[in-house]
Amino acid sequence: MNDQEKKQLLVTAWKVRKGIVESTHAAKSGHPGGSLSAADVFTYLYFRELNIDPKNPKWEDRDRFVLSKGHTAPGLYAALAHRGFFPVEDLKTLRRIDSYLQGHPNMNSVPGVDMSTGSLGQGVSCAAGMALAARKKGMGCNVYTLLGDGEIEEGEVWEALMFASHYKLDNLCVIIDNNGLQIDGPIDEVMSSYPIVDKLVAFGFETVAIDGNNFDQLESAFEKFHRTEGKPFAIVMKTVKGLGVSFMENNVDWHGKGPNDSEYEIAMKELNAKLAELEAM
Amino acid sequence: MADVKKIATRDGYGNALKELVAQHDNVIVFDADLAGSTKTGVVRKAFPDRHVNCGIAEGNMMAVAAGAASMGFVAFASSFAMFAAGRAFEQVRNSIGYTGLNVKIGASHGGISVGEDGASHQCCEDIALMRTIPGMVVMNPADEVEARAAVKAAYEHDGPVYMRFCRLATPVFHDPETFSFRIGKGEVLRDGTDVAILSTGLMTVEAIEAGKVLAEAGISARVINLCTIKPLDEELVLKAARECGKVITCEEHSIIGGLGEAVCALLSEKCPTPVRRIGVNDTFGHSGPAVALLKEFGLSWEHIVEVAKDFCRKA
Repeated sequence: MNDQEKKQLLVTAWKVRKGIVESTHAAKSGHPGGSLSAADVFTYLYFRELNIDPKNPKWEDRDRFVLSKGHTAPGLYAALAHRGFFPVEDLKTLRRIDSYLQGHPNMNSVPGVDMSTGSLGQGVSCAAGMALAARKKGMGCNVYTLLGDGEIEEGEVWEALMFASHYKLDNLCVIIDNNGLQIDGPIDEVMSSYPIVDKLVAFGFETVAIDGNNFDQLESAFEKFHRTEGKPFAIVMKTVKGLGVSFMENNVDWHGKGPNDSEYEIAMKELNAKLAELEAM
Repeated sequence: MADVKKIATRDGYGNALKELVAQHDNVIVFDADLAGSTKTGVVRKAFPDRHVNCGIAEGNMMAVAAGAASMGFVAFASSFAMFAAGRAFEQVRNSIGYTGLNVKIGASHGGISVGEDGASHQCCEDIALMRTIPGMVVMNPADEVEARAAVKAAYEHDGPVYMRFCRLATPVFHDPETFSFRIGKGEVLRDGTDVAILSTGLMTVEAIEAGKVLAEAGISARVINLCTIKPLDEELVLKAARECGKVITCEEHSIIGGLGEAVCALLSEKCPTPVRRIGVNDTFGHSGPAVALLKEFGLSWEHIVEVAKDFCRKA
């Protein structure tokens, strides 16, 4: 990607971050931390990687994305909205009683959501089933799924990875957001899922470890996915939970709550300043 | 019924699946290392490309099946009832029930007629679990003919379906030439006015026999087979309750949460009627030959007759 394209991705990623903060502030709940850590991969997927059509969200041959860490729906919704699947202003209806933007993704209510998720561990199984089905049907599409580093404590994740490897699902790309924190604390204190890369390699995945908040590294990882044949692919990305909002960064308290009015003001000031800086580049 | 052919409902499942796979390109079958027992092995042998073994990982299998269904397949997912409805309950609830995807769960080895394997494998709670999931169709065929019909109806139905089959070979009483089946429709097998016997699964054969014996004793029993427990054939059940005034439910399942409670819930709201529930009385099973276990747990025509006589005497 050239500098202009990278700049555009950065600008979009910061707009996505604003959407996360705005929606969780409006909802007075939700999960900003893990949405912000994954804002860059959401942006990369929806603006550069996925073969999709916002005007035809159910297009049969589209690539699929399953948000296995479904609680970070605010990040997914912000990316979908900015990509044109639904109006950006609707993000502020997140979790409201009359909103289609459910607390966790619902494939039957949100345009662009390919699978309902929220119960950790299930999305990756669904994604494996989609990848297998795509192959059985002779479809050329790829299936992507994003998991949390806490989520992979669920046993079902490893059942799904075993399945993907056994059936050599090289149309499946498993992305793990290693932001290092889960609800109760750092993952290496609560229940260590480390070493993540070694485990994935042992399960038969072609695996790369990258900085998930770096677009050059995201690009090379996805390029390698496209070159990989005969085995499923995994991207283990180190990220900063809460990235973009200083008081949320690497702070476990921001896993699952919305900012109050004064916190919202500070967060938006920071995000707007960064956005202005990026746009001026 | 010594001269009647006996076939297990699980065989009906396997054979119907094989026909469906032959007829339709959009059918895919998942199993969790039990293909020989659930009878999906019949499909694996004939159409290996359309059968996917998920290994011993039922939770993953259910969500994999949901993923395949989201890509346009009608996905059949099979295991023992204990693991399909029990272990994988939450995957079934969230990835299949909440999404409303076209996954059909074929659960074999329902009830205590599993026999020698004992209580760990004798699932008497699956109907209760599956009934609680919004939109889930729950069926428990009474013989092999009805099992095949239920599988084909499940394929035609748009949305999640749970089908319970048994390991034990039981009498085939339906005539495949004349039998017609609809999801949600019960079947009057014997008319009567003193007591209505509502049964499901392998208990229907017992109910038929009980009806005959009761007639000889001067009690006119209406025998109704209810393959579909959800949605319940409310009209048929209410009519039977109104006309007979007494209802007995029979199921190879816990008396908690199964057909008995579904009928009680309906009747208590719309037509309060005395009910006696025959089923597994909130207890675990144990190892033993299936037929002996069924007798021991009161899942027999003899016990139905005893309950009916007592019920009619007291009323």
